[in-house]
Amino acid sequence: MYDRTNIIFVTVRRIVELTREEESALGGEYGEVQETAYRILVATGEATDAERLVPIRWAHLSGVNYNTIGDAGEAFLSDLSKKDGARVRVKTTLNPMGFDADSVSDYDLGDDFVSKQMSIRDSYEKMGVIPSFSCIPYEIFDIPESGTQVAFAESNAAIHANSVDGLRTNKESAFSALASALTGKSPYSAMRKDNTPDVTVRMMIDDPDEMAYGMLGFFAGRAADSSVAISGIPNMDTRSCKSLCGGMGTAGTCAKFELGDAPGSEKVDFDKREMQSVHDELNTAEGGDLITLGSPQLGLGEIRDLSMMLKGRSFVKDCMIFCPRAVVEQARRLGHTREIERAGAKILSDCCTCLTPLIDPGRIDAVTTNSIKGGYYLKNSTGVGVNLRPLSGIIEDYTK
Amino acid sequence: MRVIVKGRAQGTILKSEEPINFLGTVDKITGRVRDRAHPLYQKPMAGSVLLFPYGIGSSVGAYTIYSIQSHGAAPVAMICKRADLTVATGCALANIPLILIGDDEFERMRDGQRVAVDAESGQASVNVQS
Repeated sequence: MYDRTNIIFVTVRRIVELTREEESALGGEYGEVQETAYRILVATGEATDAERLVPIRWAHLSGVNYNTIGDAGEAFLSDLSKKDGARVRVKTTLNPMGFDADSVSDYDLGDDFVSKQMSIRDSYEKMGVIPSFSCIPYEIFDIPESGTQVAFAESNAAIHANSVDGLRTNKESAFSALASALTGKSPYSAMRKDNTPDVTVRMMIDDPDEMAYGMLGFFAGRAADSSVAISGIPNMDTRSCKSLCGGMGTAGTCAKFELGDAPGSEKVDFDKREMQSVHDELNTAEGGDLITLGSPQLGLGEIRDLSMMLKGRSFVKDCMIFCPRAVVEQARRLGHTREIERAGAKILSDCCTCLTPLIDPGRIDAVTTNSIKGGYYLKNSTGVGVNLRPLSGIIEDYTK
Repeated sequence: MRVIVKGRAQGTILKSEEPINFLGTVDKITGRVRDRAHPLYQKPMAGSVLLFPYGIGSSVGAYTIYSIQSHGAAPVAMICKRADLTVATGCALANIPLILIGDDEFERMRDGQRVAVDAESGQASVNVQS
């Protein structure tokens, strides 16, 4: 018996309201997979102040690279995929994994890594996930009509979806996106609702290159919690826009930008001093042993541009170019890959600069890249030096 | 105060005044904290009701919670002051009841007390016996 004088009685409640159907699923009436998925959605909704769940039409999953999810993640996905009813209910696409299976034997990854990564791939495929292994789903799949609710776990893709494609998503976790794929539902939390930026970042840099946009994204992502306005951008090409999304997704929780001045918002300038401070934080080396392009992965237009820039030139250092398989196949048919491969670069699919074990800190001291997102992960996760250079500078300095 | 993952459990409070980084510092098999500077260093979590302010570190730490549950090394319930997605989704994956309480209750609950957590319905309660 409890000693009544010492009883601490706490009353707690749930804020996520479920439909009768959803409540039954959470109670286990539709099997263990649905029960687990709804438990994840409710837990995520409670943690992010969602009052209900909403239907979603497309889920994009992170948590694919064995380098990030490890043995525990591999075991969970393997167990889950074997259960009755473990099938995705909406279109579901997948982030990059650790390597490109076509060339993995050229690297010294070890059999254990390769077999665990293949097990993760098989688990997702068994559940009906499209094995796209890409962080730019917005460039390789058709975009649904404006206002459609989706569930994207990759941060640059979530920001692109909200800011450029007219879709609505939170910056989902690997788990909430997976649960959304299995149920077709997602918590109706902040970014799915109308969201007015309370900070405007004023872009003051003249003639910005894609790296300046990446640093702007990184800066703006730190300045705002959920959404941000950016003024002073007359036009932005695809490469710069992706660089901005990547930088922003890396810096914090901000999941949306809009162009222009948000009335009544706090104003923050992004000028040479601010840009220098981001550069100083991420640039740790004067040169690199290896060049990487991609993070986010390159799309068809970027591959075409690159093939033109490389005409008659050759890389003087190793260069890895990360590009979705669907894009490489198209680029190959159109003849865009020929010049790039002749120039000595390796085109890799299904993986990306961020967190690929193909970049081995035992062999590589520093990497040259134009990606702010890539630079952040190379420095903080891979543990190599980072030499930031815009693409034009890379071509100038590292090809002849 | 919130129910994040429902369920019922009884156990002994294992209290940490410090946040827990599941990915970075908790052993995936034994469930013991490896960080010497942490108040829970090497203390078994199995069977306990783990009381701590909130989780920190990578969201992949949710898989660590699933892993220690699979190895029989997980707490029977968790109680936090603040929600974070790592602990919330980790408890959801592993089906470990998780509730949030206020600062006052957190202060009053002590290491080693017996506690019954009932978070089965929309309402939930925590009964503590010293």
